[in-house]
Amino acid sequence: MKYSYYPGCTLRTKARDLDEYARASALALGFELEEIEDWQCCGGVYPLGTDEIATKLSSVRTLNAAKEKGQDLVTICSACHHVIKRVNDDMRHVDDIRTRANNYMKLEEPYAGETNVLHYLEVLRDRVGFDKLKEKVVNPLKGKKIGAYYGCLLLRPGKIMAFDDPENPKIMEDFIRALGAEPVIYPYRNECCGGYISLKEKQMAQNMCEKIMDSAKGFEADMLITACPLCKYNLCRNGNNSIPVYYFTELLAEALGVKETKEEA
Amino acid sequence: MEVKMNGKKAAEQIKEISGTNPLKCMKCGKCSATCPSYNEMDIKPHQFVSYVINEDIDALVNSKSLWKCLSCFACVERCPRDVKPGKLIDAARQLVVRQKGGNYLLADEIPELLDPELPQQLLVSALRRYRR
Repeated sequence: MKYSYYPGCTLRTKARDLDEYARASALALGFELEEIEDWQCCGGVYPLGTDEIATKLSSVRTLNAAKEKGQDLVTICSACHHVIKRVNDDMRHVDDIRTRANNYMKLEEPYAGETNVLHYLEVLRDRVGFDKLKEKVVNPLKGKKIGAYYGCLLLRPGKIMAFDDPENPKIMEDFIRALGAEPVIYPYRNECCGGYISLKEKQMAQNMCEKIMDSAKGFEADMLITACPLCKYNLCRNGNNSIPVYYFTELLAEALGVKETKEEA
Repeated sequence: MEVKMNGKKAAEQIKEISGTNPLKCMKCGKCSATCPSYNEMDIKPHQFVSYVINEDIDALVNSKSLWKCLSCFACVERCPRDVKPGKLIDAARQLVVRQKGGNYLLADEIPELLDPELPQQLLVSALRRYRR
C-alpha cells in the first residue's frame, strides 16, 4: 500500500529521527510513504482568521498533489497534521475559502477537500491494525512504563481533527500496548507544552513542561513519547529532565527490530 | 507600541475575522478555568468576549494577553456555547500585526533567540503568529 507523505520542515532537519524511523517501520509493516514532490512548509500553525487565504495555500497544494495521485495523505508531525487537516476541512465545508483558494490555484479541476488526511498513528490503528502491529513486533518493550504525551494539536478541535476522544484519548496507549509496553495514564497528557511561546517566553514554557513531566513521573512513567518535534524540544529543553522523551516512531522501530536499518529506508 | 483603534469598526473586524459570535457567551468561565496561560494574562479568556461586545478594543489589543495565548484550543474545545475565545484573541492579534510596525517578533531579534536544538517548527510558528 502506498500513501502520499508530507514530512514537513522539521522532519527533514532537526527531527530526522522521527521521519527515518517512521519510514523504516512502514516498510516492515508493508506500506510505503511516497513523499509529495516540491512540498512547501505548512506554516507550523493553522491560520485562524477566516479571511486568511494565502497562508493556507501550501496545504492546499499538498492536498491536491495527493488527490492527483489518488492516494491518502499521511503526516507525522502533529503541527503539520493539524494545519493540513484543518485546511482540508475548510476546503470541504467553507464555500468562501474554497472559492478564493481555488482562484489562486488555477487547477484544471478545483480542489474541494477530496483527500483523506491520516496521521501515521491513524494508519497504524485504522489501516494496519494494532493487532497486526502486535504480531509484527519482534522486540516487545516488556517492562517499560510509557506515558503518551498527546499535547494539543493532534486532538483539538475534536470535531475537525477527529483523531480520538479529545478529553480521554487512547490511541497512543493502544499503540504502547501493541509494542508490548505498559501505558501510563496521567492527567497532563493532553495539556499544552507551551508551543511557540518558548521562543520569547521561556519561563512560561518551563512552568507548563514541568507540570507535564511531574504529572507523568508522579504516575511512575519511565519515559514519554510524542509525535511533535516542538513538544519534544520544549519538554527536553524547558522541562526538568526528570524523564526522557522519545519520538513514538523510535520505539516503534525498536519493537519492530528495524531501528538499525533506518538509514537504508 | 501603543495601538489605537476605532472601537466600533475594530470590534466588527474581530467578529468577522474570527467568525465567532460573542453574544452566544453565557459567562460560565470554563475557558478561563482551562487556559494554561491564565496566570500570565491581564485580560482573562472569559473577558475577551465583553471587550468585543463593549467595543473596548484598545484595551484588548494593548493587553499582555494578546501575546500569551498559545493557540492550544483548550478554550475552543471546552466552550459549551462554541464561542471560541481563542479565535477572538487571534483576530485581535491579527488587527495589530497587520498594521504597519505592528510585528511582535522582529527579524533582528531572532538570532539571539536561537539555540542549536531549536526546531524549525518553532520559528515558523512564531513568525506566523507574531508578524506579517
